[in-house]
Amino acid sequence: MIDLLNLLWTFFKIGLFTFGGGYAMIPLIISELTGQGLVSTAEVTDIIAISQVTPGTFAINAATFSGVSTSGILGGIFATFGVMLPSIVLASLMARFYLRFKNNAILKNTMFSLRPVVLGLIASAVAALIPISLFGLQGFAGINFSETLASLDIAALIIAVVSGFAVLKLKVSPIYVVLLSGIAGVLIYGVF
Amino acid sequence: MREKNALLSLFLTMMKIGAFTFGGGYAMIPLIEDEFVTKKGWVNSDEMADILALSQSIPGAISVNSSIIIGYKKKGVLGSFAAIFGLALPSLITLTIITYLYTSFRENLYVASALRGIRASVVALIFSALVRLFIPMKKTLYTIMLFVLSFLASLLFDFNTVYIIIAGIVIGLASNIFLKGGKE
Repeated sequence: MIDLLNLLWTFFKIGLFTFGGGYAMIPLIISELTGQGLVSTAEVTDIIAISQVTPGTFAINAATFSGVSTSGILGGIFATFGVMLPSIVLASLMARFYLRFKNNAILKNTMFSLRPVVLGLIASAVAALIPISLFGLQGFAGINFSETLASLDIAALIIAVVSGFAVLKLKVSPIYVVLLSGIAGVLIYGVF
Repeated sequence: MREKNALLSLFLTMMKIGAFTFGGGYAMIPLIEDEFVTKKGWVNSDEMADILALSQSIPGAISVNSSIIIGYKKKGVLGSFAAIFGLALPSLITLTIITYLYTSFRENLYVASALRGIRASVVALIFSALVRLFIPMKKTLYTIMLFVLSFLASLLFDFNTVYIIIAGIVIGLASNIFLKGGKE
């Protein structure tokens, strides 16, 4: 029960501090879940990937996945309810009074400052995921430069560069990118 | 009778959107618009624009926020619950099954290899999202400074993410003293 309430509270916090949609949630998911030792960084990366390739809202998918993987089906329900709870309260209030808030200058000014902060956090999330995904390391702390360089997974680096190019330049849907990089992974690490 | 129909219709429509939309909030918006503006006519397109703007300026997922507002406008609190239960139900079912498959098979050589490939692309996907969000951001000394400070505070100094966001909100609220009139 403590586990379930903790999931509810953790995802309530994640929902409450997510400004600007799905990707803004990633730094929070990483810090809250790995910070508490609920899941490892590798698992967080898997949560993000799997939530991308399954239909539905990223936030709900990620919450269900984290909840089920830590505490079973009830965990999934509690985490999902938790991540939606701030929205239930705030969006209902907004729906009631929304004419008054629409085009609110204070809200706009606040978002003007908050947006770069959220983007800085996403940038830091990218940096935080690099050791596990491109080097197979838990982190860079305590490892010298030549050891770091030696553990670079060149195949992973190529997958990352090609994926980034495909999404940004060729406008390929992230779903295909994830699926194709999974196939590449099977071929590179599993077959050869 | 009609009341029941509207609730059921909210639930089923959102369930359809939740079950068949890949890619979260931004991919869902056109579908939500198509269902509630074009097909049902429950909200007009001006209202829809307001709903989307609001959904992005309050915390939480954009799709969850906008479905709550639409549900509330149509049928009050019950309507908003019908809408988000519909939205969440397909995810709860699919992700529960997938999570069990993941935990049972991730040690398997081929699954582990696939996940290793996928982890490499996830970094690139988040980076791409960052680039796409960064481009339309207004770049002034002030916003770039906030971006860099938040990046460093999180990565190098390992400040709690929640505190960094709270700091951003406080700075944003305080900026209202200097920035009057809602522009910049």
